[in-house]
Amino acid sequence: MIIAVASGKGGTGKTTVAVNLAAVMPGPATYIDCDVEEPNGHIFLKPDIERSHTVAIPTPSVDAEKCTGCGRCAEVCRYNALACVRGKVLVFPELCHGCGGCALACPVKAITETDRPVGVVESGRSGAIGFVQGRLNVGMAMSPPVIRAAKTEAPPDGTVIIDAPPGTSCPVIAALNGSDYVILVTEPTPFGLHDLKLAVETVRELGVPFGIVINRSDVGDARVTQYCHREKIPILLEIPDDRRVAEAYSRGEMAVDAVPEWREQFGRLAQLIADVAAEPVEESG
Amino acid sequence: MKIVVTASKPSLDSPVDARFGRAPYFIAVDTETGEWEAHDNKQNLNAAQGAGIQAAETVSRLGAEAVITGHCGPKAYRTLTAAGIGIAVGAEGTVAEAVEAYKNGKLTPADSPDVEGHWA
Repeated sequence: MIIAVASGKGGTGKTTVAVNLAAVMPGPATYIDCDVEEPNGHIFLKPDIERSHTVAIPTPSVDAEKCTGCGRCAEVCRYNALACVRGKVLVFPELCHGCGGCALACPVKAITETDRPVGVVESGRSGAIGFVQGRLNVGMAMSPPVIRAAKTEAPPDGTVIIDAPPGTSCPVIAALNGSDYVILVTEPTPFGLHDLKLAVETVRELGVPFGIVINRSDVGDARVTQYCHREKIPILLEIPDDRRVAEAYSRGEMAVDAVPEWREQFGRLAQLIADVAAEPVEESG
Repeated sequence: MKIVVTASKPSLDSPVDARFGRAPYFIAVDTETGEWEAHDNKQNLNAAQGAGIQAAETVSRLGAEAVITGHCGPKAYRTLTAAGIGIAVGAEGTVAEAVEAYKNGKLTPADSPDVEGHWA
């Protein structure tokens, strides 16, 4: 089962929920940090990294001898990574998404693709928990290739917990794609609600079952709860603003280790999701 | 010679648009005859990225020898330079005024991009 932890708004507690959930999973669990611009699950899980590999995307290079300057490559490039002026092709690698369209379109096969490193995927273990994280190289604009590469490290069985980046754009879609269940973490503030609505729209579009975790549930107002009731979205867990949890977090410790009652709470969350995710299978079987 | 001025409206009395890649119009002016023609840059206005590169290709296709605009970033600069097109930045006022200023040598040619790229 693949569970993705996402949010619209940043800083709501995705990583807190993801790492603590990984820690209480009954069977084998793998945590994958797909927030590749700022992966921080390692601070809590403190993994031993055993393997690391570079993620690269294919970028065109043009053989000036063969190139006839027809400009077909620049025409097909949706990302404007190629320009053809005065019969000469210019390449802007930082704009390239690595789709390979230019190489396919070139009538004289003057384009070869060379790998441009964009990030790294590191994997290892944190005790019983499998650990994977993607890291985007500094200065790179495109994270989806690194996110997809991190996800390919998921073992075929057990529970996989994906820590998604914030927002609702391509990196989030890349992280959520293929999940069996999505946990949306929010906070009971106007900002939390605003971005939660966007995240709900996104997950509905993807057609993945989802539920809400409200973090710092006793601050702010009741509008998130009212919204969830109105939209018939299950509230899976409410985490009150607990100083002990905040202190543990500030020391890079897991809430489930620092505060015993949170081990129970997250255990119930794990069970709840396992039950929900199992439902469609029972129906179709 | 044929020069292209970035403009917010399709006319000679339109204000110069300071943006090169995302200017709504390119006004191509023949400095000898005074003939001019407006070209829509609508397609580029909403480009997710690389608007300057595309705009430079457009200007090259129009057969311009120079571009007059407000600012020019590194990718547009590289493409325009490869196309052998001169670049004058810092233009103000109307398109007609900018063309006059250029003819009188009051606009200095740019020998480097004058703003940073959005992906820098």
